[in-house]
Amino acid sequence: MPEIRVTPLGAGQDVGRSCILVSIAGKNVMLDCGMHMGFSDDRRFPDFSYITRSGRLTDFLDCVIISHFHLDHCGALPYFSEMVGYDGPIYMTQPTQAICPILLEDYRKIAVDKKGEANFFTSQMIKDCMKKVVAVHLHQTVQVDDELEIKAYYAGHVLGAAMFQIKVGSESVVYTGDYNMTPDRHLGAAWIDKCRPNLLITESTYATTIRDSKRCRERDFLKKVHETVERGGKVLIPVFALGRAQELCILLETFWERMDLKAPIYFSTGLTEKANHYYKLFIPWTNQKIRKTFVQRNMFEFKHIKAFDRAFADSPGPMVVFATPGMLHAGQSLQIFRKWAGNEKNMVIMPGYCVQGTVGHKILSGQRKLEMEGRQVLEVKMQVEYMSFSAHADAKGIMQLVGQAEPENVLLVHGEAKKMEFLKQKIEQEFRVSCYMPANGETVTLPTSPSIPVGVSLGLLKREMAQGLLPDAKKPRLLHGTLIMKDSNFRLVSSEQALKELGLAEHQLRFTCRVHLHDTRKEQETAVRVYSHLKSVLKDHCVQHLPDGSVTVESILIQAAAHSEDPGTKVLLVSWTYQDEELGSYLTSLLKKGLPQAS
Amino acid sequence: MKLYCLSGHPTLPCNVLKFKSTTVMLDCGLDMTSTLNFLPLPLVQSPRLSNLPGWSLKDGNAFLDKELKECSGHVFVDSVPEFCLPETELIDLSTVDVILISNYHCMMALPYITEHTGFTGTVYATEPTVQIGRLLMEELVNFIERVPKAQSASLWKNKDIQRLLPSPLKDAVEVSTWRRCYTMQEVNSALSKIQLVGYSQKIELFGAVQVTPLSSGYALGSSNWIIQSHYEKVSYVSGSSLLTTHPQPMDQASLKNSDVLILTGLTQIPTANPDGMVGEFCSNLALTVRNGGNVLVPCYPSGVIYDLLECLYQYIDSAGLSSIPFYFISPVANSSLEFSQIFAEWLCHNKQTKVYLPEPPFPHAELIQTNKLKHYPSIHGDFSNDFRQPCVVFTGHPSLRFGDVVHFMELWGKSSLNTVIFTEPDFSYLEALAPYQPLAMKCIYCPIDTRLNFIQVSKLLKEVQPLHVVCPEQYTQPPPAQSHRMDLMIDCQPPAMSYRRAEVLALPFKRRYEKIEIMPELADSLVPMEIKPGVSLATVSAVLHTKDNKHVLQPPPRPAQPTGGKKRKRASDDIPDCKVLKPLLSGSIPVDQFVQTLEKSTHHPPVPFLLEQHGFSDIKVEDTAKGHIVLLQEAETLIQIEEDSTHIICDNDEMLRVRLRDLVLKFLQKF
Repeated sequence: MPEIRVTPLGAGQDVGRSCILVSIAGKNVMLDCGMHMGFSDDRRFPDFSYITRSGRLTDFLDCVIISHFHLDHCGALPYFSEMVGYDGPIYMTQPTQAICPILLEDYRKIAVDKKGEANFFTSQMIKDCMKKVVAVHLHQTVQVDDELEIKAYYAGHVLGAAMFQIKVGSESVVYTGDYNMTPDRHLGAAWIDKCRPNLLITESTYATTIRDSKRCRERDFLKKVHETVERGGKVLIPVFALGRAQELCILLETFWERMDLKAPIYFSTGLTEKANHYYKLFIPWTNQKIRKTFVQRNMFEFKHIKAFDRAFADSPGPMVVFATPGMLHAGQSLQIFRKWAGNEKNMVIMPGYCVQGTVGHKILSGQRKLEMEGRQVLEVKMQVEYMSFSAHADAKGIMQLVGQAEPENVLLVHGEAKKMEFLKQKIEQEFRVSCYMPANGETVTLPTSPSIPVGVSLGLLKREMAQGLLPDAKKPRLLHGTLIMKDSNFRLVSSEQALKELGLAEHQLRFTCRVHLHDTRKEQETAVRVYSHLKSVLKDHCVQHLPDGSVTVESILIQAAAHSEDPGTKVLLVSWTYQDEELGSYLTSLLKKGLPQAS
Repeated sequence: MKLYCLSGHPTLPCNVLKFKSTTVMLDCGLDMTSTLNFLPLPLVQSPRLSNLPGWSLKDGNAFLDKELKECSGHVFVDSVPEFCLPETELIDLSTVDVILISNYHCMMALPYITEHTGFTGTVYATEPTVQIGRLLMEELVNFIERVPKAQSASLWKNKDIQRLLPSPLKDAVEVSTWRRCYTMQEVNSALSKIQLVGYSQKIELFGAVQVTPLSSGYALGSSNWIIQSHYEKVSYVSGSSLLTTHPQPMDQASLKNSDVLILTGLTQIPTANPDGMVGEFCSNLALTVRNGGNVLVPCYPSGVIYDLLECLYQYIDSAGLSSIPFYFISPVANSSLEFSQIFAEWLCHNKQTKVYLPEPPFPHAELIQTNKLKHYPSIHGDFSNDFRQPCVVFTGHPSLRFGDVVHFMELWGKSSLNTVIFTEPDFSYLEALAPYQPLAMKCIYCPIDTRLNFIQVSKLLKEVQPLHVVCPEQYTQPPPAQSHRMDLMIDCQPPAMSYRRAEVLALPFKRRYEKIEIMPELADSLVPMEIKPGVSLATVSAVLHTKDNKHVLQPPPRPAQPTGGKKRKRASDDIPDCKVLKPLLSGSIPVDQFVQTLEKSTHHPPVPFLLEQHGFSDIKVEDTAKGHIVLLQEAETLIQIEEDSTHIICDNDEMLRVRLRDLVLKFLQKF
């Protein structure tokens, strides 16, 4: 029995180090290859030894697909391809291909230079890894090999984020990666056609959240920033260099312009300016509005937002600083946070999800005394605000996508178990499909029953289709033919054609039955009586009286002859071929009952 | 399968393909060479043009002198320029299901088709094709609408009058169908019917046909198309290039195994080498500027201009031209330059890698930044303040009949220091120049046409091996001006089928198979038997379901269980349905074995009324010319057995007949 198997190595009932193995029709595909920001030991990467303990990964995996450039989706890629060893193709969209190595390098620097980790992947490994990448365009059907094909759909979430359809023959799986069903200030909404996959693997970060309108959240955000700046406070917004940062910049830029505010807005690290360049060059991946107006005004050229210098953090007066990384787990955002945390006039706004174990997660869960390196305790007096700007689909959006794709089964990843449970029930109730939520290392097996495509000869098909045009078209039509199987070539042809192709002659099987009738009249008159009798009984059949005196019912021939000995008896010769067996047999038994008396 | 040919222009095709149940229009080219018969539309009042003498017949009759003007021996229509549309009468265009666009030059007739023929289908094109196509249309509409012309000449179109006119007006075809330019509103409406597609995207049309665009290497987003079902494949090649310029390279491999390959859009200048032409372009440009003259380059706002700017970017410093201003004047100049930078995914590999840095893929960004290249929407406004001479001006339209180029021709035509360099191959430069004669400025003809030449075509055809090639008639003979050049035509076996405007071709194509899906439950129930080594057969009796042009075979319904207690209502219920098909039989009956079996008694324990069948003891076998006759004497039954037939002649003893039937069937194969 063919089946689809799915095993999350990461992101099973968890957010972080997304990595999902899919086996479909004998093909093995790895979806995403992320790192976990909550760990800095072995657990930060997926356990690739699960795939194969002894063999080479390249022999086992047909391809790797990366959905977008966030590190929890691609952070383990150089480790996987260069240190564990994988030489097969890695597919991602072009923006992902452009931005991914920069974030990886950023990540590497923090891990090696700041934390002093040994045995980490090197810059060269990032470069070598990226050489294995094949760029995929939206909606392009990429033939990985003769049987396996993949296709990317727009996912919103971040620049270049894509959902992927993995297809072998008539079996398919769709993996959403992270996606967003409502367009935001710089990206469009995710979209997929009614592709009816066997399985939809969807993220479920916001499985239980239905977010209020985006406008309200934006107004809230602007109000908080504005108030803090008015009272002379500093606002820290920890962000990832690409994605949310650009959206919030557009938001602040327009607000500053409208309100004519003077407080400076800074963007940390040179990376960001570069990041905006990427957005300018990948305009087709942004939303409708930006694409339409980019010639007159490129939304990613900011007037009010300037590059940040480390020294600015100590300058007096209000300011707004966007700093990386987004979860306050390392780097510049953490440095600035430590400087500003003690002043209640200041504010930190966390615009996205924070993984457990990060400083971001701690302060969001209410902790106000943080243990830092060297047993130092940092007291957090500044205001801590959480704003969900994170571009994930909410529960409504997830349901909407399930409705769009019409899958036979749904599998949840990239979320918390408790919330998944709720969404799972909702999906099963509303769509009446099975929904799974495996933990890491747990395998879900779905039996499939793919249909078998064969070539049907047009002659045979047209014959059947023509019958379908008859008034009783609603009745199921039986198609009769012969399937010729030669190597892997399957053809369905009419039986006549099959015989002919194989050089076989048809064997004619014919029956002639003698039916004795008591009838004193002449043979011709007997024939007439037979004709009118059959005509009245067989209303739906073609009954004919031929000039030579014989009667036909369809292709069955009935002749009347005199009995050699008994003149009061006539012999009816009923003759038919095996193809008319039922009718022939019926006729003989009907005629055996005798003819009705002529009135 | 039929092909309706609506355009006679080989590089601006418009064909309609009827394939299975779909009607697909391939491209929507607009023949603009018709505008060469019209007087230019000057941006500022031109005394020279307005004072041209009216044309009169040889006998002095001057009734046409308002419509026709004479300039240096050529006659021009003094009216709003008009375009030659594709045929609209050959086929009912409201029946067209989809229009496939291959590149932005081949969609210029789109508004005429989508807005005025009752068309209700979808247009498919890539994003760069649509965006740049929009720019070309916008520019065209702008050029024509900003110089309103009161006069619209129509008298000359009268067939009896046209006959009296001098060439080329006399020979102009289908003048009655020539139309004025569309409006921006029509353009927007037409473009709103386009659905964006990406290379190698498989698009299903009604479940019957699949269409796929492939990179054609000619322009940003330019595509060839595959139109296929599971068993038939038509390739539509239109405007392809194998040269390495800015677009993504041509995808040739996907064209393999075509039943029919429709080949259009080859180079219009098969004798010119594009690389050589670019070299000549640069050196003539430098020469003119060094001598203090101005250079005018009539061009489209997108396409080859990107390559020319890139060449100049590399050339100007070494040629000492750094101080010379380059002007690009078009209502869409800015948009064109900006758009070119955001389509990285549609560019050649070298340019693609630039965006990873991230840098703009085209160096004209740097030319603009360093103020070497300036762009303006028109000669009015800022341009008049910035204008310095000597300079180089890129502007449209290449026909020299409208657009800012008309002004520069009037301005610079009188001085032999200046040069006009023709790079676009769509218009004959001599005809383009005719209404400006006499002219003192130098004219250089450097046509750059990167589309396939005949050598490349013959190589391509050898490689992809289509069963049949279909092409415009122009490609099946050498060009009229070089009739001895037998190498300037398509050479393939079997010879290409050619078409001309308003012709309908029946394509040599026999469909034999269609895809059908066998449901797994049915597949499980099939019993294959091996007939020959490697060849197996299985008889299939199944229910056919057809929905959205997809066919599925499902297991036949189980025979209805005879409902016990109920009495049958009508006798006719008994009558068997003659549509239940019996399998065909094959093989032959081994007579000895047949007789032996008959002689033996058989047991059928499960069948209650046939507990035992007694063997026959009175069987007689007679040989005949073709076989044997087996006689069951007491039962008065006769069985004629021949190589390919068996005939059972018996009394009305159904039990015996069925027994004989089943025995015969046992020896035969069923299909």
